[in-house]
Amino acid sequence: MQHKVIDAKDVVIRFAGDSGDGMQLTGSLFADMSAIYGNELSTFPDYPAEIRAPHGTVSGVSGFQVHFGSCHVTTPGDFCDLLVAMNPAALKSNAKWLKRTAMVLIDEDTFDAEGLKRAGFTTDDPVSELGIGDRTIIFAPITTLTEESLKDSGLDLKAVHKCKNMFTLGMASFIYSRPVEYVYGYLERKFGKKHPELVAPNKKVVTDGYNYAANIQAIPNTYTIAPANLQKGRYRNITGNQAVAWGFIAASEKSGRPLFCGSYPITPATGILEELAIHKYLGVTTMQAEDEIAGICTAIGAAYAGDLAVTTTSGPGLSLKSEALGLAVMTELPLVVVDVQRAGPSTGIPTKTEQTDLAQVLYGRNGECPVAVVAAHSPAHCFDAAFTAAKIALEHMMPVVLLSEGFLGNGSEPWRIPSMKDYPEIRPPYATAADSPFRPFERTPETMVRKWAFPGTKGLEHRVGGLEKNHAGVLSSDPLNHEIMVRERAEKVEHLADVIPALEVDGSASGRLLVVGWGGTYGHILSAIHEVRDSGKEVSHVHFDYISPLPKNTEEVLSGFDRILVCELNSGQFADYLRAKFPGHCYLQCNKVQGQPFLVQELVDAIEKALQ
Amino acid sequence: MDRYTFKDFKSDQEVRWCPGCGDHAVLAALQRALPEICEKTGCAKEDLVVVSGIGCSSRLPYYMNTYGFHSIHGRATAVATGIKVANPKLAVWQACGDGDALAIGGNHFIHAVRRNVDINIILFNNRIYGLTKGQYSPTSKFGAVTKTSPYGTVEHPFNPGSLVLGAKGTFFARSLDSELKLNEEIMLAAAMHKGTSVMEMLVNCVIFNDGAHALISDRATRADRTIILKHGEKMIFGKDRNKGLVLDGLKLKVVKIGEDGVTEDDILTHDAHNDNIGLHTMLADMKYPEYPVALGIIRDVEDITYDKAVHDQMEQVTEKSKIGCMDDLLGSGAVWEVK
Repeated sequence: MQHKVIDAKDVVIRFAGDSGDGMQLTGSLFADMSAIYGNELSTFPDYPAEIRAPHGTVSGVSGFQVHFGSCHVTTPGDFCDLLVAMNPAALKSNAKWLKRTAMVLIDEDTFDAEGLKRAGFTTDDPVSELGIGDRTIIFAPITTLTEESLKDSGLDLKAVHKCKNMFTLGMASFIYSRPVEYVYGYLERKFGKKHPELVAPNKKVVTDGYNYAANIQAIPNTYTIAPANLQKGRYRNITGNQAVAWGFIAASEKSGRPLFCGSYPITPATGILEELAIHKYLGVTTMQAEDEIAGICTAIGAAYAGDLAVTTTSGPGLSLKSEALGLAVMTELPLVVVDVQRAGPSTGIPTKTEQTDLAQVLYGRNGECPVAVVAAHSPAHCFDAAFTAAKIALEHMMPVVLLSEGFLGNGSEPWRIPSMKDYPEIRPPYATAADSPFRPFERTPETMVRKWAFPGTKGLEHRVGGLEKNHAGVLSSDPLNHEIMVRERAEKVEHLADVIPALEVDGSASGRLLVVGWGGTYGHILSAIHEVRDSGKEVSHVHFDYISPLPKNTEEVLSGFDRILVCELNSGQFADYLRAKFPGHCYLQCNKVQGQPFLVQELVDAIEKALQ
Repeated sequence: MDRYTFKDFKSDQEVRWCPGCGDHAVLAALQRALPEICEKTGCAKEDLVVVSGIGCSSRLPYYMNTYGFHSIHGRATAVATGIKVANPKLAVWQACGDGDALAIGGNHFIHAVRRNVDINIILFNNRIYGLTKGQYSPTSKFGAVTKTSPYGTVEHPFNPGSLVLGAKGTFFARSLDSELKLNEEIMLAAAMHKGTSVMEMLVNCVIFNDGAHALISDRATRADRTIILKHGEKMIFGKDRNKGLVLDGLKLKVVKIGEDGVTEDDILTHDAHNDNIGLHTMLADMKYPEYPVALGIIRDVEDITYDKAVHDQMEQVTEKSKIGCMDDLLGSGAVWEVK
């Protein structure tokens, strides 16, 4: 059978296997390969909390989805064109994500009686049991073929089995006409120095997988996906967590303040601390603290000493940091707290994404305790969001919470590399000798911002702390002074609205329906909006990168529409916030709290319903 | 370099501790010790930062005319660590109480000691929560009757010295609030010491735990119930300077010089700089009446300090790095061109 070569606009592949099968690596290598080839792309890792859950069970399935195309790609895709299932459990838990036209690549060696039983199949015919008989199912003895491929390699059987993922990567590369040379380069970089004996075997397996797919007659079609029409320039692939880390380093360079990160490992935020720890040569200090509280408190200490201080965490960690975040509000020190949100409450589902910490970030502290809140809307946007959060913190002397999401932190996309000359300088309000004797809470009237004096500066000795003080920095429990200070701290946050950009509406400025989103739902909402417009209906979209304060023209934008549909991955926290701030509009909600991103189709359905 | 007097370190704030509180004397010792400390360490007044948590003793930064940070309950050690790591040139002092450092802040306390970050911690131990008006603390004696233990506590107290040495601390000293001269000596040694210096100050709380340490602090019996350890000197104590400590097998033993053939040569000589932590732990653990309670500098040894190691590593990595700025980083690794 001669396979047909089809030109495809975009393709979604889901690699799924046991959590030790190397699916995250396979998926990200395929993504990198496609990025360098020139496709637009978006990725989504979907993995269990257990490092090695019971072998072969559904709970231990780890998946990585890549969506790449010649068109504009804004989401990792709802459903897949190709599912790679390394065992029966991977097939079982991912069958629901198959398109009608999908192809399924299965390692048939794992589909023995025991494998089927572990995955919870009740018959020996998983394809019929799942009702996916109409898809193209390719059974390939991947384990045996990998063993065969490496029988003269000298590697032991355990090491050989670790190469199975490379065999599938080779097969997928054939099906989608990807050049495998990139993988060779990667293998040389990864193993070249420490394990040179692994380079040749891995290369061989990739090649054998590629050739096997070319030789068997089972694959009906192969696909070419032309490079996307990307803006000219240099590109790299970047995850949200990496982009946050780099955004802080950039802000450190632009402000001249050394970067200090005090953090405690927590899923899915740990990647930021890990990334920053690599770049100590750019003046980055990372401190893995003894707990979440020490993470923020060391950062507050570093801020007092004159550093650009950040702490990174997820929801449970933010709960632990609450009191100290209040201390940063009270002492009016620059600090960025990153919350890479995950499914809660409590430990929740640590590896799954959500937007459920918004209310905690806005209100979760004792006393009147406002902070600035910025949200990132895509993996690459995390760079600008982190840079901006740091700029606000340093120039306005206040803690800023940067909201990210597991979906953004671990997701990746190609990023057109910016030049630092295009980013603004950051100018903190330093106190000078003329400010002696230093009155720490004296403010600039237009912005309500206080000045920053570091220890080590002669003549500016002063005390800060959690107790209420007057402008001179002297303890005060005077009732009126307290109210003045409470109001001034709030006004300082409100004044930010003067410097943050106004909302830009995508579509008409008035009409029947405005779709509102914030954070990582951006790509999905954008796809849904385009789909609805393609069907001839009119709808506008606005996305909030700034949550507190809200942009100045928010009321004006909302006023242009009969109905406002607020889409978010929680039970309606941003919708409630808008209702409280801007009452009198007709708010509708589209919510999902499943630890998963929206499907574009879910949003399309909600928009169409709201338009009726 | 400015020369200072103790007045330079007094702020214009009214000291609001209760009359008779032991904290006054410790504050005075610190203000008196600082001129000499600054001279010997080459530290200017503006390089001093005093950090505290919450509790009576944590008001101390307001009374010092230096940079100061009155943080939140238990977290002073973490804030102090952040300050020191951000700028190792600063001399960071911390004031904390037994509840602040050993209950709510216990985790930060042991980890600062473990890391050996170069900060000086004055631990005001009055064995009670004073600011909340009289609840038992983690150093209250077993059976202590307080407002939250009306029938006596049923929990064992921490011995701060054992805790510090258990975390492989490099400097531990203990003293009484009223030992002004000794306290100045201890503070000077703590300032000279590179690493976490813990100074346990046994302070009295006249209101909620009066006589907190009376058993050993009473002037009439103090010399017989305590021993002031000095590096290089014999471990001799007592009003008549005729009692001493010897090793008897694996235990310390109190002996009388001149009795049972014991001579001064038999008495142990204190070696605060000996890395072997065993004897220091036994000394720190000594309880009256079986032993005299050890005062003075029990341990003072050198080891790598965290803040210096952090910066040394950054320098080493920077020397080797080909990436010198953000634009270099942005263009590093797997990058491709779209034309």
